Amino acid sequence: MIELLELLEKDPTLTVEQLAVMLGKPQAEIAAEIKRLETEKIIVKFQAVVNWEKAGVDRVTAIIDVKITPQREVGFDAIAERIYRFPEVRSLYLMSGAFDLMVMVEGKNLKEVSRFVSTKLSTIEGVVSTTTHFMLKMYKESGVILDDKEDDRRLVVSP
Amino acid sequence: MNWSERISPTVNAIPPSGIRRFFDIVADMKGVISLGVGEPDFVTPWHIRESCVYGLQQGYTAYTSNHGLLELRQEIAQRFQHEYGVTYDPRSEALITVGVSEALDLALRAILNPGDEVLIPEPCYVSYTACVLLAGGTPVTVPTTMDNEFRVTTAQLEALVTPRTKALLIGYPNNPTGAIMPKDELEAVAAFAEKHDLIVISDEIYGDLTYSGKHTCFSSLPGMRERTILLNGFSKAYAMTGWRIGYALANPVFIAAMTKIHQYTMLCAPITAQVAAIEALKNGQCNMQKMVDEYNRRRRIMVDGFNKIGLKCFEPKGAFYIFPSIKETGLTSLQFAEELLTQEKVALVPGDAFGASGEGFVRCSYASSTANLTEALERIGRFVKRYL
Ligand SMILES: Cc1ncc(COP(=O)(O)O)c(C=O)c1O
Repeated sequence: MIELLELLEKDPTLTVEQLAVMLGKPQAEIAAEIKRLETEKIIVKFQAVVNWEKAGVDRVTAIIDVKITPQREVGFDAIAERIYRFPEVRSLYLMSGAFDLMVMVEGKNLKEVSRFVSTKLSTIEGVVSTTTHFMLKMYKESGVILDDKEDDRRLVVSP
Repeated sequence: MNWSERISPTVNAIPPSGIRRFFDIVADMKGVISLGVGEPDFVTPWHIRESCVYGLQQGYTAYTSNHGLLELRQEIAQRFQHEYGVTYDPRSEALITVGVSEALDLALRAILNPGDEVLIPEPCYVSYTACVLLAGGTPVTVPTTMDNEFRVTTAQLEALVTPRTKALLIGYPNNPTGAIMPKDELEAVAAFAEKHDLIVISDEIYGDLTYSGKHTCFSSLPGMRERTILLNGFSKAYAMTGWRIGYALANPVFIAAMTKIHQYTMLCAPITAQVAAIEALKNGQCNMQKMVDEYNRRRRIMVDGFNKIGLKCFEPKGAFYIFPSIKETGLTSLQFAEELLTQEKVALVPGDAFGASGEGFVRCSYASSTANLTEALERIGRFVKRYL
């Protein structure tokens, strides 16, 4: 199952037939396994990694360090939910260290992102402080180097 | 002036490499998918490259001892102890060389007298017979067959052994066939070597690329450590072909003799690459396993593909080659390769480049991306249909 997951994580376009050959298993077994992994939300979603800059689409991404006061009973989770429900929030992680939540926010431009931080994020009850870092350049995303110059440099035929 | 008369007859007698000839045809064609490459498609893992850069910054730019960096020899000895339970003294029983290529040359030159015969199961890596000739020996090739999955049998060896036979040169997992030798059959070969008192040169460069069961190291067989010159290197398993690092493990007498040649002809292997090789052994197992798993999946794609195309081939269990029979197309290996290249732009290597017994087969390397392999199989399928 781990090998199947690794393959799909790298290339979700692989067909059941291809996967069956690669893993040396019957197609029916692979199909059933993928279905189970999806039903159990082990495979959360099949998604493309897009280089928006290359697509000519302007987007601004910010990473925001958020300090919060944990609440009795629910700890960090209740505030986290209030944050991650916003569609502007792309990712949200609970962190160890100097701050508590790391929020990744995406918007059309700087203004849009700052407005989100000042009006939505920092006003949530329990949010103590925010520090916003705007992303300048993306080199690698989801394990993929965006502009990989390592071409095949081998001879066409060799012993 | 006829300069070719001035060339040594030994060199003149060596036929040009069949691969070289084919390379010249392929070299300037566009849009070719190549299954003709005998090296990994992976670039050396970054941690290994990075350690070399660091080594250069630290000033590792000098000669090393003739034997190579002691730390590298220690790492190698440790690995063999751990993987195969064979003990080698890193100080007197290990020599770092410029690839297995150099180690092979040294081994042959160290042991051969003019006229000494060397048994070589065939099809085999292109250098084997040439290196025996250059060392003044006589290569005696032992044809193996697809029926027996290109494993060599003692019956085949017994048929060709003579009082002049000095050594046996084997390379499993095999380039070009992808054959491996199971342990019990290697034991039979060991008994044969013992019976005829032969030195065994075992080229195990593809040992880590074994896909069913575990590779058997020849010198781990009872009684074989003393008579075996074990060759291995970093080119294939660690994707380090261009670094040129290999090594020989053998008893101190063999290693001393090989070192004598090495010290006057090569001095030492490049230090930058030796530094990188240490990193490969220390921290490279996880990356190597990932590459092995990937080759294994591609191997299954190739076997499945050729079965669907209808070309007979046995399931290769090692290296990264598959060696289908093309006899049913009525073409020779070279015709098949040339026609496939012109009609469908897929390059592979005609089997006879690896010896006469490779005629009727072609070598396809699956050291290429899954997408490339799938596309190549489609083209080969289209091509073969025109002949079946
Ligand atoms: C069977 C075999 N032995 C030896 C070599 C040479 O390896 P190295 O790069 O270590 O010189 C190769 C390379 O293709 C090979 O296939």
